[in-house]
Amino acid sequence: MTINDVREKLQQQISQLISSLDQVVQMYGMPIIQDKNGNPLWIDVREMTLRYQIPIKKVQKFFEGLKEGKILATKCNKCGTIYFPPQDDCPKCKISGLEWVEMPDEGELVAYTIINVKPPSFSHYQDYIVGIAKMKNGINVTAWVNSKEVKVGMKVKLRITKREPENYLTYELIPA
Amino acid sequence: MRNVAIIGTGHTKFGVRTDVNLQELAWEAIKQALEEANLDQKDIQYFVVGNVGSWSAEELPAVVVGEYSDLTPKGTMRVEAACATGSAALRDAYLAIKSGEADIALAVGVEQMHQSPNPQVVELIGRAGDYFWEFENFGLTFPGYYALHASAYMAKYGAKEEDLGKIAIKSHHYGARNPYAQFQKEITMDEYLKSKPVAYPLKLLDSSPITDGAAAVVLASEEVAKKITDSPVWIVSQGVASGTANLSKRTDFTHIEAAYLAAQQAYSRAGINFDEAWRFFDVAEVHDCFTIAEIMAYEDLGFAKRGEGYLLAREEQTYIGGKIPVNVDGGLKAKGHPIGATGISMAVAITRQLLYRAPKGTQVNVKHGMGISHNVGGTGHYAYVTIFSTRRPSS
Ligand SMILES: [Zn+2]
Repeated sequence: MTINDVREKLQQQISQLISSLDQVVQMYGMPIIQDKNGNPLWIDVREMTLRYQIPIKKVQKFFEGLKEGKILATKCNKCGTIYFPPQDDCPKCKISGLEWVEMPDEGELVAYTIINVKPPSFSHYQDYIVGIAKMKNGINVTAWVNSKEVKVGMKVKLRITKREPENYLTYELIPA
Repeated sequence: MRNVAIIGTGHTKFGVRTDVNLQELAWEAIKQALEEANLDQKDIQYFVVGNVGSWSAEELPAVVVGEYSDLTPKGTMRVEAACATGSAALRDAYLAIKSGEADIALAVGVEQMHQSPNPQVVELIGRAGDYFWEFENFGLTFPGYYALHASAYMAKYGAKEEDLGKIAIKSHHYGARNPYAQFQKEITMDEYLKSKPVAYPLKLLDSSPITDGAAAVVLASEEVAKKITDSPVWIVSQGVASGTANLSKRTDFTHIEAAYLAAQQAYSRAGINFDEAWRFFDVAEVHDCFTIAEIMAYEDLGFAKRGEGYLLAREEQTYIGGKIPVNVDGGLKAKGHPIGATGISMAVAITRQLLYRAPKGTQVNVKHGMGISHNVGGTGHYAYVTIFSTRRPSS
């Protein structure tokens, strides 16, 4: 499935919903349906699609790193704190412009789950495993675990991968 | 600082409440609380509305609730603390009175999750962690966050699926006896074990449902409370703490640090020794949005040692008559979890227990006159622990 197939399918579902709402208005003169308890419900006719724009300027280097094959964290030279996900401000020392360091690729799984009931925006994926791994530098990473077998305590590697079908770079955990 | 008492409680039937809209639902609870306190809206000097929203249509719920309930033009605000929103609303009203800003205040928690279809609610609630690094990229769901804890806890301490099941069975046992509960039927271990996986290792019967409901309390200062009622229930203390939005920033996935810190605060203000905390209380309401959460709550509240919470469940020590009765109203699991109302629902349940007004088959034996509520927002993003007593606090 390509991302366009996913989008088309989604648009079809939306247009189906809208046309059945139109039918309801035709029939009853108002957008009112009955739910399974027999209660009348007014179906909102003012729909809203949300897609946020999240500023990433302060951690742009992380995304450049992914392109270069590196998974980067930030490190405060004053107190030594390593930040992952990366952030450019050390609130402890109240300084900015932290150093960029590479995350180690070896770690151990400390918790995991298999997502069976998925949010609609993830419904085009097979059930996926999300894990938290403690990496060699003591910093935790949350990511999908690409593995058939999974258990707490298993050794994992952190690597860059392409998220399909969206086709963008991200990172995942695989068995070491 | 002044003592603060609960002098009126209100609670709607929890469940699918598509027979009323948000403000109508809130009014059901507010009306009951006003009637119990024998007060009118004009007596309420300040009211606070707990509502998380986003699944329901009204953007400014405190305002529409105030208007519908004839509380306008009294001062108000909407508070949000995820699943602990109700406790945050209680806190705001409590502090208003404690500080002397108001003598009588009302806190109402209301949530109507069924204004959105279930898949959309799954989507919205999954976004409740660190949006970008947890949801956008890795699609964590709300059960998923607690499932991470469950897998870590089970691996470390050897708790079994059946131990989680014991929690669900207890909740349904008491839910079946609570006329306000969403699920009023018992379940068996077999049904539990066969229930649909949601986020491994958690199943449908490990999870609290999507719910509509409201709960309200009227609070008063000591001076006013004594004039109004012979049976005030005092808020002895409240502890409050927060945790990271991003789960990976935590060092431990086998307990909820914020809840533990909130308990420490509440206990220290109430003069309660953590290690034998259970001896002080007749009843506890703990945040069991998922069965694993109740087990971690036993430990975070000092009812069981670290790693032994599941044994309390296994040995059925949290039924009425056991070491400490917990969630004998059905808990979030069976009573339902209308996110913004839950914390106030807990306060209502404890108050009614301490006054011997709990539904038949759920009433505990009140020996100490004390109860406790533990309300966690998100997965330990927020935590509130509140101690209630029929005895007037000394300070
Ligand atoms: Zn620093």
